[in-house]
Amino acid sequence: MTDTTRALGREMGRDPAPGPGRLIPRDLSAHPVPYDPDYKTSVPRSPSLPLLSLESTPTEETGPTFGHGDLGALDANLVLNWTRGEAQAIGERILVHGRVLDEMGRGVPHTLVEIWQANAGGRYRHKKDGYLAPLDPNFGGCGRALTDEHGHYAFFTIKPGAYPWPNRGNDWRPAHIHFSVFGHSFGQRLITQMYFEGDPLIDRCPIVATIKDRSQIDRLVAPLDLSHARPLDHLAYKFDIVLRGRRQSFFENRPEGM
Amino acid sequence: MVQTLDTLRETPSQTAGPYVHIGLMPGWAGNPGAFETELGQTPAGDGAKGERIEITGAVHDGTGAVMRDALIESWQADAAGVYPGQDGADPAVSGFGRFAADPDTGLFTLKTIKPGAVTLPDGRVQSPHIALWIVARGINIGLMTRVYFDDADRDGDPVLSRIEQRHRVETLVAKPEGEGHWRFDIRLRGDGETVFLDL
Ligand SMILES: [Fe+3]
Repeated sequence: MTDTTRALGREMGRDPAPGPGRLIPRDLSAHPVPYDPDYKTSVPRSPSLPLLSLESTPTEETGPTFGHGDLGALDANLVLNWTRGEAQAIGERILVHGRVLDEMGRGVPHTLVEIWQANAGGRYRHKKDGYLAPLDPNFGGCGRALTDEHGHYAFFTIKPGAYPWPNRGNDWRPAHIHFSVFGHSFGQRLITQMYFEGDPLIDRCPIVATIKDRSQIDRLVAPLDLSHARPLDHLAYKFDIVLRGRRQSFFENRPEGM
Repeated sequence: MVQTLDTLRETPSQTAGPYVHIGLMPGWAGNPGAFETELGQTPAGDGAKGERIEITGAVHDGTGAVMRDALIESWQADAAGVYPGQDGADPAVSGFGRFAADPDTGLFTLKTIKPGAVTLPDGRVQSPHIALWIVARGINIGLMTRVYFDDADRDGDPVLSRIEQRHRVETLVAKPEGEGHWRFDIRLRGDGETVFLDL
C-alpha cells in the first residue's frame, strides 16, 4: 500500500482496514413496510421506533457456510424427497431455477437456498395448518440446494395451490414458494416469497401489498420459462434473487494496480 | 440525463409466515423425514473452547403477549472473538444457531459458548455479543438485534455507544440466572421495545 492510499484512508475517517469492504447499507424502500394495517398481524409485530442504522461490522460481514456434506441427494427434489424416491407428489410438475446475485450483479456461489411451500391443494404439512384441503402423503413441502460457482440453483417441485387465510373477510394467498437465502454474510440474510406469472391473486394479496414499490413486487413474480421446460414432463419458472452487496474498498485493502 | 449505474436492487423481503418451521426446522416441526440433517443445531460443538452457556427467553408482541411461532437464528464469534471462516478460528465452533419458540410456552433456548470480544480492523473493541435474526408471521423483514452480557465490559462498544436513549441499551443485555444460564427477552413493539439494528 502506498502512502497516498494510507492518507486517503485516514481522510475517510479511519485507517485502512484489511478484509473485504463493508456491506452496502440496506435501501429499506426496496422492502415491505413493517407496519401495515391491511396485514393485521404486522400491527403488533412491527417495531414502533426506528432501527439503529450503523456501518456493518465483522459480525454482519461474516456468516455461516454450508457444504454438500450438509445436504442429502434428494434435498432439492420436492417431488421425491418426502418418500425418499418411493413415490411422487401430486401436482403440476415444475422446475424452479435462477441465480442468486449481489447488488453488483455478481453471482453468489456456494450459498444455501432453502424453500418451503404448500402442496397442490394449498395445504402445508405443519401442525398449525388446519385448512380442509388434504395432505398429500407423498409431499413434505421443503427443499434446499447450494448455488453452483456462478450462483445458479434449481429445485424440482410441484406448483403449490392458493389457500385462504384469516385476515380480512376472504383473503387468499396467491400460489407461492417461500425462499430463504444466506449469502456469505449474516447481514445478507433474506427470506422472501416467489409468486407465479399471471396469478390474479397477487394484486389482491395484503402480504404482497406490504411492498409499496410496484416495481419491487414485480421482482417477486417468476415468469414461465419454456426454455427450461421439458416436453411431456414439466414446466419451468425462473426466479433470480438479489442480496446485499459489499462496497468496493478501493482505499482499504487493494494492492496497487488491482 | 446521466449514465446509468449498473448496480441491482435488493430483492424485497416477505414475511416468513406461520409455517416457516417446516422449511427451516422440519425435524423440529414434526417432519423428520424431510432431510437427513437439520442445520444450526450446534453453534459450538464438542471440544469448543470457552464457557458453555444457555440463553433462554421469549419474543413478546406489542400487546405483551408471548409469541409461540417465532424462529430465531444466531451468529457469533468463538471464545477468542474470531468468526468462523476467519484465520485461526476454533474449528469446533460453527457459530450458527437456529431455534424456535416452544409452541406451548413461547420460550426459546440457545445452547452455545460465550463468545469473546471482537476487535475491529480499526482497533475498536466490540463487547462479547451474539447477533440474532428474528422472523415470524407478521414480521415483514427479519429483525436483527444483539445479545450482550451483563458481566462483560461494554464501555466503548461501537454499537451500544450509538444508542441515544441510554436506558434502551439494557434491552440488548442478557441477565444472569445462575451458573451458565442467561435470560434474554425480545420485545417487538411498545413498552421496553428492543433496539433493532440496521447494519
Ligand atoms: Fe405460505
